[in-house]
Amino acid sequence: MQMGGTGRSIKAGGLSICSLLFWSIATAADTGSASPLSPTNIFSPTSTPSHSIFRLSLFVLFVTAAIFAVVFSLLVYVVFKFGKKAGDDREPPQVYGSNQVELAWTVIPILVVVALFMATVRVIGDTEKYAEPSTAINVIAIGHQFWWEYRYPGFGVVTANELHVPVSDPTQPTPTFLTLLSAETDHSFWVPRLAGKTDLIPNHPNRMWTDPHETGLFVGQCAQYCGVQHAKMLLRVYVQPRAEFDQWVESQRRTATVDAVASEGRRIFESTACINCHTVRGTAANGRFGPDLTHLMGRDTIAAGVAANTDDNLRLWIRNPDAIKPGSLMPAMQLSENELDAVTRYLETLR
Amino acid sequence: MSTDSIAWPSTSGASLPAVERIHEWVTTVDHKRLGVMYILYGVIFLVAGGIEATVIRLQLIRPHNDFVSPEVFNRMFTMHGTTMIFFAAMPIVFGFANYLIPLMLGARDMAFPRLNAFSFWLTAFGGLLLYFSLIGANGLYGAGNAPDVGWFAYAPLTSQTFSVGHSTDFWTLAIMVSGFGSVATAINILVTILCMRCPGMTLGKMPLAAWMNLVMAGLVILALSPLTAAQIMLLIDRYLGGHFFDTQAGGSAVIWMHFFWIFGHPEVYILVLPAFGFASEIIPVFSRKPIFGYSVMVAATVAIGFISMSVWAHHMFTIGMGPGLNTFFVFSTMVIAVPTGIKIFNWLATMWGGKIQFKTPMLFCIGFLFQFLIAGLTGIMLACAPFDWQLGNSYFVVAHFHYVIVGGILFTTFAAAYYWFPKVTGRMYNETLGRLHFWLFLIGFHLTFTVMHIPGLLGMPRRIYTYEPGRGWDTWNLIVTVGVFFQALGVLVLLMNLFRAYFRGPSAGSDPWDAWTLEWSTASPPPAYNFAEIPRVRSSRPLWDQKHPDDPDWRYE
Repeated sequence: MQMGGTGRSIKAGGLSICSLLFWSIATAADTGSASPLSPTNIFSPTSTPSHSIFRLSLFVLFVTAAIFAVVFSLLVYVVFKFGKKAGDDREPPQVYGSNQVELAWTVIPILVVVALFMATVRVIGDTEKYAEPSTAINVIAIGHQFWWEYRYPGFGVVTANELHVPVSDPTQPTPTFLTLLSAETDHSFWVPRLAGKTDLIPNHPNRMWTDPHETGLFVGQCAQYCGVQHAKMLLRVYVQPRAEFDQWVESQRRTATVDAVASEGRRIFESTACINCHTVRGTAANGRFGPDLTHLMGRDTIAAGVAANTDDNLRLWIRNPDAIKPGSLMPAMQLSENELDAVTRYLETLR
Repeated sequence: MSTDSIAWPSTSGASLPAVERIHEWVTTVDHKRLGVMYILYGVIFLVAGGIEATVIRLQLIRPHNDFVSPEVFNRMFTMHGTTMIFFAAMPIVFGFANYLIPLMLGARDMAFPRLNAFSFWLTAFGGLLLYFSLIGANGLYGAGNAPDVGWFAYAPLTSQTFSVGHSTDFWTLAIMVSGFGSVATAINILVTILCMRCPGMTLGKMPLAAWMNLVMAGLVILALSPLTAAQIMLLIDRYLGGHFFDTQAGGSAVIWMHFFWIFGHPEVYILVLPAFGFASEIIPVFSRKPIFGYSVMVAATVAIGFISMSVWAHHMFTIGMGPGLNTFFVFSTMVIAVPTGIKIFNWLATMWGGKIQFKTPMLFCIGFLFQFLIAGLTGIMLACAPFDWQLGNSYFVVAHFHYVIVGGILFTTFAAAYYWFPKVTGRMYNETLGRLHFWLFLIGFHLTFTVMHIPGLLGMPRRIYTYEPGRGWDTWNLIVTVGVFFQALGVLVLLMNLFRAYFRGPSAGSDPWDAWTLEWSTASPPPAYNFAEIPRVRSSRPLWDQKHPDDPDWRYE
């Protein structure tokens, strides 16, 4: 039939395009440097767990591509070869089956499955049974609607939305172990270049670990639907050289700086609903519902990575959070223009 | 055996007043009319779900788009998933089962005709209940809304704390009510297949579609029950102070996941087995050969039925089940690929050495084979738990299951619609328009769902109403959205073609495809009693035996 020809060429075209794409995504990811395609490319790993997933995925892609090539060629051949010729009205030979053939295409897939299964089990073991070394950093990550709280119990540090971890030398690993908790609904911690995702489920603590091999900023976002602003619950992980990380910890341990220029803003902050939700250590503000603001100015972004931490954005966020993140649980504070200025100025002293 | 001369009794006259004709349809217990109503009802919801999908895609066409608010977007994907699974796919599958099974088995009706009507109306009211949430969910005094908890409605997002108003209740009740209908229909299908086969039709001589629907019906009974139980528990939590899923009071969010997915994964097979049934009927007829390896196909179907009950937690590789459970579910999930692969090989072997006629139903079946192959292979990738830690809940998963549901189930359903349309209406559709539909839909499908894998690999999670620029997702999302319009156009061509054929199509005759199963031995459309005389069969291709008395099948079976 005339349809056959076009069908085949289009399908063959589609095939080569998609295999090309798969391949280019996987290989463009020169391990160890950021992928030009995306900062969240899963084929651009930079830690032990993400590397072992990457190696497994290459193996699986290779096997499935081989299966695809075989079965797809059979399909193309059948469609090409066995089309009905015009004028040929005799029925073809009636074949009912063959036990040998059936046995062959049962046994071969079983062997393939066994190989894939063994490779998979190894990576599960390597990742999930990895013993925590004494040099590990421990962080408790708590998912909130719609932001991240990070607590470093060993250092007495509490911060939000921007996770700082030390880089890990493969010869002397200093991995970071995350204990994942949730304040209310499910969330999922997914920074593709650092590790696979693990969910944060209320009443069901989870653990995950990563040992970043290079410094820099790694991004990701919440990967389990958690409510209205699931989309704007972004993840930022700053991987720093050890000395820089230690310095960051030192700075975070201090209580809030007191700056006389901001006393009016501080008075407003401490006499309105702000303190019901926010903590500024060393002051009367000790709310737990929203992010800890003690060192707010040490962060590059506000609203869980959604907006840059600038004067304008901060002011807008206090005035009308919905303008930046509709559905966020931060209420519009109903302050006058002067009060807004004062509170913004106060927050900007929290270094 | 031909009964062409026997006309549809009592209803044939257009002279009947409209109100009486409607009354006849509403009160009918005839399996064919119920089947048609199920399918038409499913098509209405297919269009509704399609519109919701279009809204989702328009919102995601570029980063930071504000076509709809986050609240509306969340309702759209919840309604899209719920509608398509429970009120489009299941009714359509049940509709075909209802229409075809008694005809294929040489029976006069389903085993329990009145239960059949009852099930249909339960399902129908379930769908109406879901959509009534649009005006009723906040109470009639407020602006309406719709469920926004996602189609798998993970706890504790469904608790009174996070889901105020009644949208979640409408979702729960809609699924519960239609679930009762589904279980009743499943019992009906099961009993019909086991007890109503015509003389000579042993289980080993049933059409494969009957086998696949038999296993499907068993799965419905097993899978819908835990779902209904979970919905009742959720209602107890919400209104009677229960704490099953109330994590603040020691309840478990994970228990809901188990309850949902022990329904949710067999559900995939509930939908795909009937689709396999369509392919197993259509591919042999248009290849002019019997199905290759009938008994192996049956064995593979039964194996899929059993294994599908033990794979559910592969939806939960990221929830911290621990290495032991993860390993078990990796294994069971990979094992199910074996019988599924066997089926693909058997369909290919059926075509091998045949004389393939590339009519519209066959084109859709070839599309199905190609896409289902890829869906199976991406399924294997997702079955490798560590790979799933990256791919899970990303657009890769969304692409994978749309490959199954659209590329597999919907493609074979289109094939079935064209294949049995002449039987149901007695009219023939237009082949050129059928091919136009095929090509439009094929192009649209691949633009949308093939490309959709890529943003997933690049780290784009599902269910986000917007995304940041600079993540490398923009172009892919644009292409994905463009594909939607080709698909919508394809469906329009289908509806136009079938409408036109229904009123003005040429007469199809009782057996336009020179086919072999019993439904083609009676008139098109079949009379209310199906067969003037109950047929008697000796093989799984009774019409082949009749047409080739010199070389009948029963000599080889």
